[in-house]
Amino acid sequence: MSTVDEHTNIEDTAFGKKAAGPVGWLDDRLGLAGASKRSHLLRKVFPEHWSFMLGEIALWSFVVLLLTGTFLTFWFQPSMAETTYNGSYTPLNGLEMSHAYASTLDISFDVRGGLLIRQIHHWAAALFVAAMIVHMLRVMFTGAYRKPREINWLIGIGLMVLGLVEGFAGYSLPDDLLSGTGLRFVDGLLRSIPIVGSYLEYFIFGGEFPGDVIIPRLYMVHILLIPALLLALIGAHMILLVYHKHTQWGGPGRTEKNVVGYPMLPVYAAKAGGFFFVVFGFTALMGAVLQINPIWAYGPYNPSEVTAGSQPDWYMGFVEGAVRIMPNWESTFFNYTWSWNVFIPAAILPGLFLGVGAAWPFVEQWITGDKREHHLLERPRNAPFRTAFIVAAMTAYGVLWIGGGNDIIATKFHLSLNAITWFCRIGLFVLPVVTFMITKRICIGLQRADANRILHGYETGVIERSPDGGFTERHAPLPVGSQYSLTNHDRLPVLEAPPETDHNGVAAPHSRMAKLRAKAREIYYDGSVDKPTVEDVHHAEEHLRDHDGHPVELGDEFQGVSETGVPRVH
Amino acid sequence: MRKLSTRRRHPLAGIVVLLLALGVVGGVYSAVRFQPASAAETASQNDVDAGRKLFLVGCASCHGKNASGIETKRGGNYGPSLIGVGAAAVDFQVGTGRMPMAQSAPQAPAKDPEYTAEETKQLAAYIATLGAGPAIPDDEYTDISGKTIEQIREGGEFFRTNCTACHNSVGAGGALPGGKYAPKLDGVSAKHIAEAMMTGPQQMPVFSDDVITPEDKSNIIAYIKQVQNQPNYGGVAGGGLGPVSEGLITWLVGIGGLLIAAVWIGAHGARVKKK
Repeated sequence: MSTVDEHTNIEDTAFGKKAAGPVGWLDDRLGLAGASKRSHLLRKVFPEHWSFMLGEIALWSFVVLLLTGTFLTFWFQPSMAETTYNGSYTPLNGLEMSHAYASTLDISFDVRGGLLIRQIHHWAAALFVAAMIVHMLRVMFTGAYRKPREINWLIGIGLMVLGLVEGFAGYSLPDDLLSGTGLRFVDGLLRSIPIVGSYLEYFIFGGEFPGDVIIPRLYMVHILLIPALLLALIGAHMILLVYHKHTQWGGPGRTEKNVVGYPMLPVYAAKAGGFFFVVFGFTALMGAVLQINPIWAYGPYNPSEVTAGSQPDWYMGFVEGAVRIMPNWESTFFNYTWSWNVFIPAAILPGLFLGVGAAWPFVEQWITGDKREHHLLERPRNAPFRTAFIVAAMTAYGVLWIGGGNDIIATKFHLSLNAITWFCRIGLFVLPVVTFMITKRICIGLQRADANRILHGYETGVIERSPDGGFTERHAPLPVGSQYSLTNHDRLPVLEAPPETDHNGVAAPHSRMAKLRAKAREIYYDGSVDKPTVEDVHHAEEHLRDHDGHPVELGDEFQGVSETGVPRVH
Repeated sequence: MRKLSTRRRHPLAGIVVLLLALGVVGGVYSAVRFQPASAAETASQNDVDAGRKLFLVGCASCHGKNASGIETKRGGNYGPSLIGVGAAAVDFQVGTGRMPMAQSAPQAPAKDPEYTAEETKQLAAYIATLGAGPAIPDDEYTDISGKTIEQIREGGEFFRTNCTACHNSVGAGGALPGGKYAPKLDGVSAKHIAEAMMTGPQQMPVFSDDVITPEDKSNIIAYIKQVQNQPNYGGVAGGGLGPVSEGLITWLVGIGGLLIAAVWIGAHGARVKKK
């Protein structure tokens, strides 16, 4: 069949002829057609891979949050003034409570569709942060933060922090027993900050906890301040994405200088737009069938009450866990109490996670000395140290998660609370080391497997029996495209000891720094397997071609499997 | 009076006064002391005897033949003394299957009862005769029909103030140190909840009638039953476990489902149709 382009210009279709009038009218006044042509935005090409859509989940759940959040503001009353509840939920009828809690009950029980929208909002919030983390992990594992994208990485970290604060503020607004307990946690965190802690508490709560201003203040933060910052940063994130162009996986025809994929219009506009509806539909489905944050069950906040199973939403779970497993260290000097038991786990540790995350691209650049631009992604196996480091960080985070849910785990799995706490205390330090080593070995093993596939080809599934009775499986060389994809990453750099002296024979300046860097580089590349050289491949090709004097024939008669393991002949 | 004054130095006078005093104190005590279990009063001697037989077979190995407990060398006990625990404690522990324990554990778990209702009543009757203790609660505690909205709201306030810290706001239970726990309240009968409050089984503190009146106890029970019998507004609940189960759903269902969608969208390119 001929491959004649059956494309019809839109202006020649029936719809195009009808739409030409109004579209022309708009274009005369807005000039969008010319602008979009000049900026090439609509023809911008995006590479295709499922993992490039993870950030979109976060983006679209943010849109869902804006839509549902706007609905909620119509009924929510951010006031801590007391009122008597007289709504539909009878077990709380006649109870004194804040307007914030009463109006959230009204949204849940007396506003048509209110509970659905509230639940969509909450699920979307949980998904927003989760998607940001998954997206961040993808970027980290593939080295997509490397030059020139370091600033966009930092913006991403900023979005993450804002997302956490935004989520926490929203969690606190309904003024139920759980939100109040969460606020009390933050109150304790503020107070644990040495010297300024109690002043900070008075500043933020407008007096002693709980005061009567924190909910109006958090409301402003939740619906205006942080959403505006989030929007601005998301805008910057997107602009930089377009400016840098999206990273892509290496392969035939894909280089550091091009982007292979589909244009924004019509393909990605359709894909991304479609994905928005998938995300909206999915969150709506979750909101419709899965209960989240049943505030009526918790009751109004009362500082003298608490419920078992008081946890923050999942994204603060690691902080909760850190506080739960922390030994009760406390000291007093300079007439101040230094609450290490809260300050270290709740303030220093999250700061450490974010600080290491923010600094990582620069640290890695310093170690590798790689100042080049990178638009091709690195496969996780080809950066064993980085991959293992991320897995170690994830392990530490996971251990803290376990600590945060220790009471639920204890009751559901019939374990001792103390045993779980001790497991987490030790595991926080031991398990990341273990997973680091395991992950690094897996990466190195996969690198070896790649080299093996290049040098020895793939297994064809054709078994031969030799005259003396031995069985061998024939190997065939990988298709050139696959060989290229497996080998288009950089060779390992040659590790050199730093010069002890400069060109004048005097002790080199910065030699201590250079030594440190050489050591770090040695550790970073330790164990990595280099890809085969051209000579290796040529040698292997000869070897493969000549199998006991009979070359492997991959012609039509070939009965084996292809390189993907699919039989050629069914 | 003369007779009295001449005999007041009689050698036996002291003894007589002592006996009189003892009689008065004992009489007053028996008149005003805590009324022993009503079950014990109504229980026939047959019940007590049958209960004692059951006790000697099934309970005495830990609680001692006289129900006074058996101490270990380290000063702990295999089974605590049951003197004065009352019929309510027996009815709770045996009626919910917690006693007899199947094995040594940080805490006796509820399980299917080993004894029939009749046998439980006999055991309770026997233990009630050993010393004064709370009786099996009657309707005053457990009748929650016809509770008004105000009473249920009051019960909720008591519940949140006294119970949720361990039992969770919907009674889903909670963890305590060392493998101990506050059990879930789902499916626990009104009588057993009242008995638990009165006797403070295992880790639970005693909420005596002085602390929480019988009416407030029944209000609490009414609130628990109301909350547990109402529908799960908002959809499938994560077992009342709060944000932990919600986080699990976020990752497994939410991110899991959207990842599948992402893979699906990523795999369907606008490819040129194959001929």
